[in-house]
Amino acid sequence: MKAGMVTPAPALVRFSGIQKTYDGEHLVVKNLDLDIRQGEFITLLGPSGSGKTTTLMMLAGFEVPTHGEIYLSERPIKNVPPHKRDIGMVFQNYALFPHLTIAENIAFPLSVRKSSKAEMQERVSAALRMIKMETFAHRRPGQLSGGQQQRVALARALVFNPQLVLMDEPLGALDKRLREQMQLEIKQLHETMGITIVYVTHDQSEALTMSDRIAVFNDGIVQQIDRPDALYEHPVNSFVAHFIGENNVLAGTVETVERDYCRVALAGGGTIAARAVNVSGAGASTSLSVRPERVAIVRDGSASEGPNRLPAKVQNTIYLGDHALAVLEVAGNAEFMVKLQSGAHDGLKHGETVFVTFRPEDCLALDPV
Amino acid sequence: MTNALLTGANASTDVPLKRRLRRAERTRQVKALALVLPLLLFLLFTFAGPIAGMLWRSVEDWEVRQVLPQTVAALANWDGKDLPDENAYAALASDIMAARAAGTIAIAAKRLNYALNGFRTILTSTGRNLKAVPEPGTAKETLGKINPAWRERATWTTIKDASGPITGFYLLAALDLTRNADGAIVAAPPDQAIYRDIFLRTFLISLGVTALCLILGFPVAYLLATLPPGRSNLLMIFVLLPFWTSLLVRTCAWIVLLQSKGVVNDSLLWLGIIDAPLRLIYNRFGVCVAMTHVLLPFMILPLYSSMKAISPAYMRAAASLGAPPLTAFLRIYLPQTLPGIGAGSLLVFILALGYYITPALVGGAADQMISYFIALYTTETANWGLASALGAVLLLATVLLALVYGKLVQGQQVTGGMKN
Repeated sequence: MKAGMVTPAPALVRFSGIQKTYDGEHLVVKNLDLDIRQGEFITLLGPSGSGKTTTLMMLAGFEVPTHGEIYLSERPIKNVPPHKRDIGMVFQNYALFPHLTIAENIAFPLSVRKSSKAEMQERVSAALRMIKMETFAHRRPGQLSGGQQQRVALARALVFNPQLVLMDEPLGALDKRLREQMQLEIKQLHETMGITIVYVTHDQSEALTMSDRIAVFNDGIVQQIDRPDALYEHPVNSFVAHFIGENNVLAGTVETVERDYCRVALAGGGTIAARAVNVSGAGASTSLSVRPERVAIVRDGSASEGPNRLPAKVQNTIYLGDHALAVLEVAGNAEFMVKLQSGAHDGLKHGETVFVTFRPEDCLALDPV
Repeated sequence: MTNALLTGANASTDVPLKRRLRRAERTRQVKALALVLPLLLFLLFTFAGPIAGMLWRSVEDWEVRQVLPQTVAALANWDGKDLPDENAYAALASDIMAARAAGTIAIAAKRLNYALNGFRTILTSTGRNLKAVPEPGTAKETLGKINPAWRERATWTTIKDASGPITGFYLLAALDLTRNADGAIVAAPPDQAIYRDIFLRTFLISLGVTALCLILGFPVAYLLATLPPGRSNLLMIFVLLPFWTSLLVRTCAWIVLLQSKGVVNDSLLWLGIIDAPLRLIYNRFGVCVAMTHVLLPFMILPLYSSMKAISPAYMRAAASLGAPPLTAFLRIYLPQTLPGIGAGSLLVFILALGYYITPALVGGAADQMISYFIALYTTETANWGLASALGAVLLLATVLLALVYGKLVQGQQVTGGMKN
């Protein structure tokens, strides 16, 4: 729940004790405290209904917090209408105005701010240059592809130099290849322009690619805020471990705890040494999390000595080009996955019994699922 | 196998691609045509046919041609500068004798009377007093004696103008124009020049009703398009309710409400706001109120459908880009509803142009619209020519408006392709 590192830059946005309910019965956002630093790219990541979009909408001003206050540059903005917040926003469906040309769309935020004609022209053409769409100035949004529309939406949100840019699943409607390309372009824009971006997505790989920090939302609560690598390597609970990356789960009971490590008796038989991350003590039930790429398959149960060695039955192997996956049954988990180099899966036969082994530091004892 | 494939490939290159496409599409087109054929025939007989008939009647001139054929022939070469020669008088006398025997004088008399007031008397009195066909050479004198009008040039130009087979007389009359004795188009005498005023009145009432419908309907349509589905469905039922009630019932309900001892006046009197009943009906006010009420759904529905297509994200986007609510509405929302405003206004305006029963029931004498007069000439005086001419002018005006609207909408579609 704590920020991953000491805050070097002042907080541009501060959510303080924010709660939000739509029906007066269920809290969509439960007690949110979140600092967003000047110049950072922060992603709100979570499954649908986790409260991430509501949080973004409260920051944009389209939803009012039921309780708490939001500060923008230390100024409370709960009662500031959206058009006075000076926050650029990119919407999921682009929301380009269909009756205006691309140039008119980009000029819109400038013209409502009563910019001079010359300045408007200059900044619009600079924005069009930035997204490499100078020749499209006089087309209508309906004549553009999805990727082009998204670029225009981006340019429109950036052209008035807002102090903060919000993006609500902006790449959701694009195909995979285009999405990956746009991710890099947005990341590049962020780096060259030094703007602060709050990005909402449910796609964890998108979040890992782009963000400086990720706030993982679930059930109206921020589960963990951290750098992408820290989230992957050091998830604080089972939800984060499952949501970010691939993950094998083994259920068990804690036998002993010794400093950072513990011994866990698996429900499917066997005992395992694991890092004690989120366990209350001896006797508590826990769920162990092991990444597929941190597991090795060995044929001989006694060859290499290690604390964690479990018998496994090969169920299936899946070839995926750059790597392969072996699906095994381990301690009652019939979908235990091991990531292998391509070709290494050839020798594994269906029904064959092998052993899986992994280091105690790669096995995290977390709260029970 | 290989051979068959090759010949197949050859055959397909022989026939041009376009023709092959057309052949492939033909069956589908025939089926589509068969599906719409019944309606097409129905429309042809009940809609296109009558309209063509009306347009023809507005220029047709058959009465004089049929009743006085010899006179028409004798006047064919008359220059109209002096009185016609003896031949024409003789032809007229013989025509009148024949028409009297056939009992058709009244037909021609009615037609000629439209053009020259009093012609009916001239023709019928001549018919009554002409005992026999005059001796050759005396026809002019005999007819002149029976009725001195036959010595006037205007009487004869009237007959010549009405000889058909095609006339602009009715169409000119519908525009308050007429031809003088020299054949020039001049303004009609003031006592007959009423139609321009009526057309103007028709257009003004229609315009007013359209404006009222737009002002009243726009907020309702907005509410319909933005409310959650449950409540908007309920509201939609209220909007559609008038459709399920007879037009006559609704119009009469307004009489009950607005008359001098009606609900509205009684309430106002009781509240002490007025001392004497207001005149709310049998005047322009009543006509506009009743017509607006009847036509409101035709404005709301197109507006609603155009507003429903506008994603709320547009207004949010405008706000996030710094536009205050009013600016966002004027620059983003309103332009996107223009097709709906255009469609609704055109629909209401065109329907209002043809309104007949409502003004007839709740309007005064000075509030009757053109349809009232068309109905009057068709059913009361049986002046089909004038009724058709008025209808033709109204049709022309409506078609012009629809064309203008079509051009505007086409421009709109080019500029604003909706996506999302």
